[in-house]
Amino acid sequence: MSACLFRDTYLHPLLKVRSQFRQIFLEMGFTEMPMDNFIENSWNVDGLFQPQQHPACDQHDAFFLKDPAEALQLPMDYVQRVKWTHSQGSYGSQGYKYTWKLEEARKNLLRTHSTAASARTLYSLAQKKPFTPAKYFSIDRVFRNETLDATHLAEFHQIEGVIASHGLTLGHLMGVLREFFTKLGITQLLFKPAYNPYTQPSMEVFSYHQSLKKWVEVGSSEVFRPEMLLPMGLPKNVSVIAWGLSLERPTMIKYGINNIRELVGNKVNTQMVYDSPVCSLDIEPRSPQTQEAA
Amino acid sequence: MPTVSVKRDLLFQALGRTYTDEEFDELCFEFGLELDEITSEKQIISKEQGNVKAEGASDVVLYKVDVPANRYDLLCLEGLARGLQVFKERIKAPVYKRVMPKGEIQKLIITEETAKVRPFAVAAVLRNIKFTKDRYDSFIELQEKLHQNICRKRALVAIGTHDLDTLSGPFTFTAKRPSDIKFKPLNKTKEYTACELMNIYKTDNHLKHYLHIIENKPLYPVIYDSNGVVLSMPPIINGNHSKITVNTRNIFIECTGTDFTKAKIVLDIIVTMFSEYCENQFTVEAAEVVSPNGKSSTFPELAYRKEMVRADLINKKVGIRESPANLAKLLTRMCLKSEVIGDGNQIEVEIPPTRADVIHACDIVEDAAIAYGYNNIQMTLPKTYTIANQFPLNKLTELLRLDMAAAGFTEALTFALCSQEDIADKLGLDISETKAVHISNPKTAEFQVARTTLLPGLLKTIAANRKMPLPLKLFEISDIVVKDSSKDVGAKNYRHLCAVYYNKNPGFEIIHGLLDRIMQLLDVPPSEEKGGYVIKASTGSAFFPGRCAEIFARGQSIGKLGVLHPDVITKFELTMPCSSLEINIEPFL
Repeated sequence: MSACLFRDTYLHPLLKVRSQFRQIFLEMGFTEMPMDNFIENSWNVDGLFQPQQHPACDQHDAFFLKDPAEALQLPMDYVQRVKWTHSQGSYGSQGYKYTWKLEEARKNLLRTHSTAASARTLYSLAQKKPFTPAKYFSIDRVFRNETLDATHLAEFHQIEGVIASHGLTLGHLMGVLREFFTKLGITQLLFKPAYNPYTQPSMEVFSYHQSLKKWVEVGSSEVFRPEMLLPMGLPKNVSVIAWGLSLERPTMIKYGINNIRELVGNKVNTQMVYDSPVCSLDIEPRSPQTQEAA
Repeated sequence: MPTVSVKRDLLFQALGRTYTDEEFDELCFEFGLELDEITSEKQIISKEQGNVKAEGASDVVLYKVDVPANRYDLLCLEGLARGLQVFKERIKAPVYKRVMPKGEIQKLIITEETAKVRPFAVAAVLRNIKFTKDRYDSFIELQEKLHQNICRKRALVAIGTHDLDTLSGPFTFTAKRPSDIKFKPLNKTKEYTACELMNIYKTDNHLKHYLHIIENKPLYPVIYDSNGVVLSMPPIINGNHSKITVNTRNIFIECTGTDFTKAKIVLDIIVTMFSEYCENQFTVEAAEVVSPNGKSSTFPELAYRKEMVRADLINKKVGIRESPANLAKLLTRMCLKSEVIGDGNQIEVEIPPTRADVIHACDIVEDAAIAYGYNNIQMTLPKTYTIANQFPLNKLTELLRLDMAAAGFTEALTFALCSQEDIADKLGLDISETKAVHISNPKTAEFQVARTTLLPGLLKTIAANRKMPLPLKLFEISDIVVKDSSKDVGAKNYRHLCAVYYNKNPGFEIIHGLLDRIMQLLDVPPSEEKGGYVIKASTGSAFFPGRCAEIFARGQSIGKLGVLHPDVITKFELTMPCSSLEINIEPFL
């Protein structure tokens, strides 16, 4: 006897993976951060201690806004501290020693990474005295004005985890990552030194891909620089560790999808949505001949 | 990430040993570099222009290494080899010295005209240098890398290198009207004025990108020697007269720009890297720079900075337990010469001019961790006890998603950016009515605005899936963006729920039933009273007249539902009737 095909009642695979990651963070005791603002301003990038005019800016080409072009309000005392840190150096830092321009910082843009939103949450945390340790996470959309290809779109989702506490070490960061990735079924990890303007140390996280038989990058992780945390008002002995990865990559690997346009956006074939299996991230991905998403 | 291309065998020669590709890959990984590609000139040309053009090109193996964006000292073979050698403890980091010349010091005089166009300049001399073809190529390549990287495509700093033996100081850095500047530029056979050069270089694939830096200024920067020979017109081009060749023995280097700190760093990098080939290895001859106000300064700075770090701080931040003496050894391997001083707990770290990236103790902590080996650090868990909380809006979204699917709808995921037409003209609205956020630098029309409604995305998804069996029932619960002057950035996201039904009949009763089901799930009774919801007949430019209703709940209008207007159907390239529902779910938190 032939079976009836079920056509409706499907959830989108990327969002199924998102639900799984949310679960993992909640299981680890992380609180979800508010991410409900796609529009950020450059100020939030500078507050992270990324210098204006730095080569690192090229990595994140941003969509700038025509309307509203500039931020309406900035917290001016915080702004002053950041300006000083960038241009003259303070909080034990040499700073970047350039002329920091307020007009650059006022420019509005579509957020290029979720760390901008994490910074807002950390700033709120810093205003609450006395300090209580916190663990945060977010999974939401970011925007990059880059050349588009099979694995890159202008919009994608970033997953970010943040821990703010006393006496955190690089060993702690690696330990947390090991627990996080174990929940994804990834147990072999290697860490590689990397560079980011607002974090030090920074590490890229690699795991061994059984089918491709090589180490592939699965995320990045870092310790935030004091030049970013101290102007916010966080106490001196508090460290903040964080890590992130994209949502699309593990989803494409899990569901054997090579072209990101088949996963996100209007041109998605709804048949693909109908066909995707239950998402349990610790089960081996479906298709061994998956192309490596760069 | 900047990529440095080096000849593999030359690199191994500098390193004093050979590696297999895997061994070198591992070494890079340890140090924080990435061996991105192993190729050759022939392969590169073959890939870009086809096998025929590649005939006769070099087969020499090239390593393409990715280096961190802040490590200017690793941007050439010389720096890479040196860094790796010190890392492996095969050599000690060289001590770079500035020396005064035996005769007269070279002078660069800055006039006040430069102030408005390119105010800063620094200079130095590399004396008795010996180039080979490879060293010469490396020298030119480093300047290009620095130009692209820290110099921000020459806007902040531009480097000019000149054969000192063809010139005679003192040199003058001034700014003149373009028509008053005339010289023979690099690789050209006759003289041109600056205006003519600006025109000529408009079609030069390499130089056209830099013209804008000075193009519209009334005065262009220019450097002369005492005989009126033009050394360069920064940041565009050097003069041909002082061109450097493989046989050049004495080099005059000038860096001009708009960022003084970066100009100094760039000069330091060039001279530290290439003073290796000077007769007096690792010494750089000083040059004097006189500012418009008459003040004299000597360059290069080649400053060594000392910073004190507590050993237990490094151990604490990394999560290791090394003795101060061991930590000092680890740092020395990273070119940060260190020694234990004082009570045995303090480490004095000497930061050389090649490490301008080290600006805080945390940079020193990272280098100690790299030398220790990230993968040797013991993994532990923080003793931080926290209770997790969901973001209420996301919690509500997750619950609704499941029930929307249970109600028989399929989830879509569409783009937050779209064209102006999508949210306005195609829905019968004028763009000014939408309060949309506009992007200033969209590459295509698809990125003109942030969506103010989820409807266009869903309709486009249907259009891409016309071949699927009917009915098509899609939903999406996601953010839209509108301008809001009460927010610090001037815009705000709202979480919308949108559903569409596309079939041979519009299915208004299905969409209406869906709304009732959603309200039931949200525990909102159908009632005029407070806390309830009502539907009132309404109009909307996107809807069929007489088939549109507005939904009121929690004291406000939360959205509309109805049958879509045939114009909307056509504009989105659809052919069947369609009804839709879109509401803001935030009032239900």
